[in-house]
Amino acid sequence: MRYEAPTSTKVAAALLAKEKGKAFVLAGGTDLLVRMKAGMVEPDLVVDIKRIPATQIIKKSDSGFKIGAAVSGASMGENKALKKAWPGVVEAANLIGSDQVQGRCTMAGNLCNASPAADSVPALVAAKAKAAVVGPKGRRTVAVEDVVTGPGRTSLKKGEIIESISLPKRVAKSGDAYLRFIPRTEMDIAVCSAGVNLTLDSKGLVKSARVALGAVAPTVVLVEDAADAIIGTKLDDESLAALSAACEAACSPINDKRGTVEFRTEVAGVLARRAAKIAYQRAGGK
Amino acid sequence: MAETAPDTSFTNQDFKIIGTRPPRPDGVDKVTGRAKYGADAFAAGQLTALILRSPHAHAKILSIDTKRAEKLKGVKAVVTCEDLPDLTGGNRGMLDILENCMARGRALYDGHAVAAVAAIDAETAKKALKLIKVKYEVLPHVTDVDEAMKKKAPIIQPHIRTTGVDPKPKKASNVAARSQFGHGDIEAGFAAADVIVEESYKTEQTHQGYIEPHACLASVGPDGQGELWVTTQGHFVFRNTCAALLGMEVAKLKVTSSEIGGGFGGKTHVWMEPVALALSRKANRPVKLTMSREEVFRASGPTSSTSIDIKIGATRDGRICAASAELRYQGGAFPGIWGMLGAMTTWACYDLENCQSVAFDVLVNRPKSAAYRAPSAPMAAFAVESTIDLVAAKLGMDPVDFRILNAAKEGTRASYGPTYGPIGIGPTLEAVKNHPHMKAPLGPNQGRGMACGFWFNFGGQTCTDINVGVDGTVSLTVGTMDVGGSRASLSLIAAEELGIPYERVKCNVADTASLGHNDMTEGSRGTFSSGMATIFAARDVVKVLRNRAAAMWEIDVDDVAWEDGQAVAKGIAHSNLSPLSLADIARKSPTTGGPIAGHNETVADGAGVSFASHICDVEVDPETGATKVIRYTVVQDAGKAIHPDYVEGQFQGAAAQGIGWALNEEYIYGEDGRLQNPGFLDYRIPVCSDLPFIDTEILEIPNPGHPYGVRGVGETSIVPPLAAIGNAVSNAAGVRLNHVPMSPPRILKAINAAK
Ligand SMILES: Cc1cc2nc3c(=O)[nH]c(=O)nc-3n(C[C@H](O)[C@H](O)[C@H](O)COP(=O)(O)OP(=O)(O)OC[C@H]3O[C@@H](n4cnc5c(N)ncnc54)[C@H](O)[C@@H]3O)c2cc1C
Repeated sequence: MRYEAPTSTKVAAALLAKEKGKAFVLAGGTDLLVRMKAGMVEPDLVVDIKRIPATQIIKKSDSGFKIGAAVSGASMGENKALKKAWPGVVEAANLIGSDQVQGRCTMAGNLCNASPAADSVPALVAAKAKAAVVGPKGRRTVAVEDVVTGPGRTSLKKGEIIESISLPKRVAKSGDAYLRFIPRTEMDIAVCSAGVNLTLDSKGLVKSARVALGAVAPTVVLVEDAADAIIGTKLDDESLAALSAACEAACSPINDKRGTVEFRTEVAGVLARRAAKIAYQRAGGK
Repeated sequence: MAETAPDTSFTNQDFKIIGTRPPRPDGVDKVTGRAKYGADAFAAGQLTALILRSPHAHAKILSIDTKRAEKLKGVKAVVTCEDLPDLTGGNRGMLDILENCMARGRALYDGHAVAAVAAIDAETAKKALKLIKVKYEVLPHVTDVDEAMKKKAPIIQPHIRTTGVDPKPKKASNVAARSQFGHGDIEAGFAAADVIVEESYKTEQTHQGYIEPHACLASVGPDGQGELWVTTQGHFVFRNTCAALLGMEVAKLKVTSSEIGGGFGGKTHVWMEPVALALSRKANRPVKLTMSREEVFRASGPTSSTSIDIKIGATRDGRICAASAELRYQGGAFPGIWGMLGAMTTWACYDLENCQSVAFDVLVNRPKSAAYRAPSAPMAAFAVESTIDLVAAKLGMDPVDFRILNAAKEGTRASYGPTYGPIGIGPTLEAVKNHPHMKAPLGPNQGRGMACGFWFNFGGQTCTDINVGVDGTVSLTVGTMDVGGSRASLSLIAAEELGIPYERVKCNVADTASLGHNDMTEGSRGTFSSGMATIFAARDVVKVLRNRAAAMWEIDVDDVAWEDGQAVAKGIAHSNLSPLSLADIARKSPTTGGPIAGHNETVADGAGVSFASHICDVEVDPETGATKVIRYTVVQDAGKAIHPDYVEGQFQGAAAQGIGWALNEEYIYGEDGRLQNPGFLDYRIPVCSDLPFIDTEILEIPNPGHPYGVRGVGETSIVPPLAAIGNAVSNAAGVRLNHVPMSPPRILKAINAAK
């Protein structure tokens, strides 16, 4: 196995593109190294992206936030401006693992690992985040929901790397929230989860919303019916019930050791309702 | 001179050091990483071993081709059952152990060892495993205890005929044994009942979950001598077992116990140590064998899953007039005693005129069960204590009062046979009734529950040495390895007896070559039995000290008394002689007769039973079924708490394990009979933030069978939590869970069904 740690994304992409055997990007390694140790993957080439300056920064600009692909969960949690603008995204990223894992894990890694239960992804999808992808043929921008195509599979082509993830400009009276269900209080994988992002109008009615669910389908689901159920409302009981019902209808989970179909479906609706209420409050709704 | 046997009865003495809380001698090494555990031993030229395991729940092994693996560069030995011939001479229990360590023509569970390799490094060993070709003929399997008892179930051990039934069955079945306990007239009892409650329960299989995986370093030379460094709860028993299975002489196999990262019963049994020895013998090199966490789950000894029916009848005045139970415990693919133990403990908390428990020990295609802290009692207690709450509710009685009214006491004939001496169930219940926890207010969606538990405790073979250094320090050598602070407790005992400060005693756990046989550290016996042997060894030392003082003074030994840690010359004739301390006498020992030592070997009888009552508050989220334990109190009888910190630690640890068992832990098998969650991600033991601070109250009702009144304390408190939480959940959410673990999906389902 070869290990490379280039200092530019372009070189990294070229290395990956050239490799004939199995090549992997290494960000925090909290998925990749675990899988290597378990013998689940045996790479011929590992390209560490942590020495690439562009992957290490959180940049605030007029168009929003750009979060480098090697920024750890812990660094995100320490960025006050980011936390204030996107508390739901940050809380989702901060739920990953423990303190030790937080020091390493990244949202880009969480996304590219392509687990249906990845914690940061529903929050990113609800936030309408975009990934900046660099490949041997140049750059492109991909909506986060289009990166993962199935469990363990992404739409990234050979040699392509996510360099950063961008969150759109935050308009006033907006809020987001992320909740997951785990049987324990930490160190667990989401049985189901929900991210809600919304903006209120001057009267405190929901003007726009995005609702995304995790671990209830092969990929994160963006539930437009659920968003529609709360748009134009102040999250009264009826609209919240409609939101839950829309979420339940959008679920197509599996029965497995982590949860049953019924449980995941029902609790996804509950979490979406609770997350919507938190997002609403964060947006200044009463 | 005729020796009289030492007096083991309770002496009710005034203690000076017993009951204090000095730091444990192994503490600094453990928190600084210096302590050496099973995987921390290294030998020059050691090889790394790996085991190939069956991917099938049940299969005939048609052939094992190891040729390509043997030819791989760096591979020094490959073993299969051919290298572990049956030397057990018809001892079926021993053959079961051997077959469990290495399959013999059939794989009986997912994870059953089939072959093993030793190579120069892990990389090579891994490659070698892939080169071993095993041909299986897959057989139908069964993993559920109730399914395994059905007529059409696949038979796992064709030689087994159910024992305990008359006439002896002619056909094989998966029921290895039926056992029955109790007394009185059950039918007459139920006929006299005003209320009867009948319920059925299920509990899923759990693992002890010790953090340290099994690990050993084995070395066998061509001269037939060997050494084994191993994480174990009983190195003497491991020595005897390994020697017998490998055809070695007991005295020629030296076994050293490492520090242990948790055992809880799971390290009372050999799982792979004989394989490591066989590899070492074949390779003529030391061999290190360490299990991965996955292997620990698949191929060590979790506890039984069970299915239990309970029927309790009571009269209007609140007395239980009849109680019966049928218990079905699976013990994995080999016969065990787990159902029998469950049946013995079923009714142990209560004073019953008519009671009965019938147990079935059942085989399934799962790993061979081992002891898990008060083995088999928690499941029976879950069923009984849940039902007791239901009966109390039906009678309109407070559940604590109902238990107090029916509690066993001194003179009660226990359901499993003996008549109790002084016991602690009544006092623990009174303490619970009066505990401030019982009166604390509860918030929305919160509920409180309580339950009781019992454990026998055990004594057994023990051998202990004390050696006095010339500087007056004392080396205490015991053969029960330390799982929970026993070196501190035993040092306190030696210091108390000799009248010297705790800091002057150093307690060591000896290897098998340095001391006589000691039974395992199991059955909560470590401090009870080694404590007893330490007392007598210390009193033996005192005899020597008096003799040496007499020699120093040149007076008759009968005129030398031992008082407050010093030799005192008795009588006016010797009033000019000032007392001699242990250090004074030790300093002169080279010229007064040589080293000063004491010794004791004993079978520590008189273990005292222990009872606990627990209180617990939970909050259940009615929309997700998630349960949070918000307050927990343990009350348990310790007999005498030698070192209260480590007694409380045992209470807390046992309760924590019970809470995990109650809420989330379970072995999940797929349709294919394979274990789906062999890791701590999906086998969910509680993490720190899942638990509240566990409050403890130590009661001390002396055990008359021990000079200090000690009872074992390590196990009892894992018994009540399952039911205490079940009862609390029922009070919080209005639903009763008869199936453990009470995981969120199960609770939510019950809540929805009750809507
Ligand atoms: C103890 C523990 C607890 C955990 N708990 C959680 C949890 O609660 N929630 C959760 O969602 N996950 C959890 N995880 C999984 C893991 O930590 C997360 O998925 C994490 O976000 C992965 O980030 P990483 O940077 O470590 O990824 P890496 O391991 O470095 O990479 C993951 C995958 O993505 C690819 N990759 C990484 N970066 C890029 C990139 N920029 N471009 C293209 N491909 C890339 C890698 O090649 C690899 O295949 C846990 C893991 C552990 C070990």
